Amino acid sequence: MIKSIGLLGAWLFFGHQLVQAQKVSVVKWKEIQDILSQSSDTTYIVNFWATWCKPCVAELPHFEEVQKNYKDRNVKVIMVSMDFAKDLTARVIPFVSQHQLTGKVWLLNEPDANNWIDKISTEWSGAIPATLIVNNQKKKKVFFEQKLDYDRLVKELSDFL
Amino acid sequence: MKKKFWLPFIITLTLGTLVSAALRQESTQTPPAGYPIGGTVADFKLKNVDGNVISLSNYKDKKGVIVVFTSNHCPFSKAYEERIVGLDKKYAAQGFPVLAINSNDAGDYEENSFENMKKRAQEKGYSFPYLQDETQGVAKAFGATRTPHVFILRNDGGKFTVQYIGTIDDNYQDPAGVTKRYVEDAVSNILMGKPVVVTQTKAVGCAIGWKDA
Repeated sequence: MIKSIGLLGAWLFFGHQLVQAQKVSVVKWKEIQDILSQSSDTTYIVNFWATWCKPCVAELPHFEEVQKNYKDRNVKVIMVSMDFAKDLTARVIPFVSQHQLTGKVWLLNEPDANNWIDKISTEWSGAIPATLIVNNQKKKKVFFEQKLDYDRLVKELSDFL
Repeated sequence: MKKKFWLPFIITLTLGTLVSAALRQESTQTPPAGYPIGGTVADFKLKNVDGNVISLSNYKDKKGVIVVFTSNHCPFSKAYEERIVGLDKKYAAQGFPVLAINSNDAGDYEENSFENMKKRAQEKGYSFPYLQDETQGVAKAFGATRTPHVFILRNDGGKFTVQYIGTIDDNYQDPAGVTKRYVEDAVSNILMGKPVVVTQTKAVGCAIGWKDA
C-alpha cells in the first residue's frame, strides 16, 4: 500500500514536471508586443534562441537559473524559440522536455522578421542568440546580440531591481 | 627668454591635438560596421569548393553580384538554398550572378568544413561559386553577422558598390508564403538602371561565430 502510494506520488511528481516541461506555446508578434508594452513593475528577460543554435543552447541553463533565483523579485524569463513552426512537435517539444526547461517557452511563428526585429531593438542585426531585458515602469531596456552567462545576467539585472 | 616662456604651451597644444586625434580614430574604428549602402567593396580572394581561387575582380565584366553569406548548418540557410539557386538561375544570364560565401568556423559546426561545403554545393547543384572565408576577414569587411545575409553589389565601371543589404524575401519558413521579394526587386531595378527602393532589411539568422570572440 505504502509502496503504491509512493509510486503514485512519484508518478504525480514526475508526470507533473513532464507536463510542465513540455509546454511550448506558438505565439504571434502580438504576444511579444504585449510584453514590450506592459506597464507593471516586472522585469522581463526575453531571449531569442533555437534548438539547433549551439551558443543559444549553451546559455539556456543560465536563463533557467536566473528564472528560478529571481522569480520572487518580479523577474520573468521568456525563451522565444525561432525554430520553424513545423518543427514544434517533432523537435522543439522533445528538446524542451529533454533539457527539462521549466520556464516559459514560446515559439514565435512570425516569418516576416523584417517587420519586428527593430521593435525588439534597432541594434539587433537579427542574429541569435539575442536577449532583451526590459522594465517599462522603470523605463529601462537593454539589448544584447551575444552570448550571456549567469554572472552577466545577474549584473545586468541589478540595474533593474 | 620670451621664446622659452611659450614652449610649454606649444608642447601642450601639440600633445593635446595628437591625443584627441588618436581618440577620434579609435572611436571611428568601433563598432565594425561594414560597408554602408553606396560603399565601395574592397577586392577579396577566397578559395572555391572546386579548388580555384575566386576574387571579386573576376566579375568586372558583370553588371553586379549577389553576394550571399550562408552556411551548411543553419536552418535558415537550408531553407533558402533552393531560392538562392533560383536567383542565380534567373539573374546569372542577365549578368548578375550569385557568389556564396561561408564564413563560419568549422570548429563550431563540423558541417561547415571545406569538405562538407563541397558536398553541399554538389548535392544542391550550386551553379555559382561557394567560397570559404577561413579567416572571416571578408565577413568582417562586409559587416555580415548572420546567415543568410545578402549584399547586392552593382558594378560601377569596375568599382563594386553596395546597393542592398538584408534578407532574400519576407518568409523564411515557406517559399509559397512569400509576398515581398527584396533581392529580386533590387536586382531588377539595378538591371533597369533604376535605384533600389528598399535598400536594407533585417532577418533572423544564425550568428556567424567569430573565431577571436
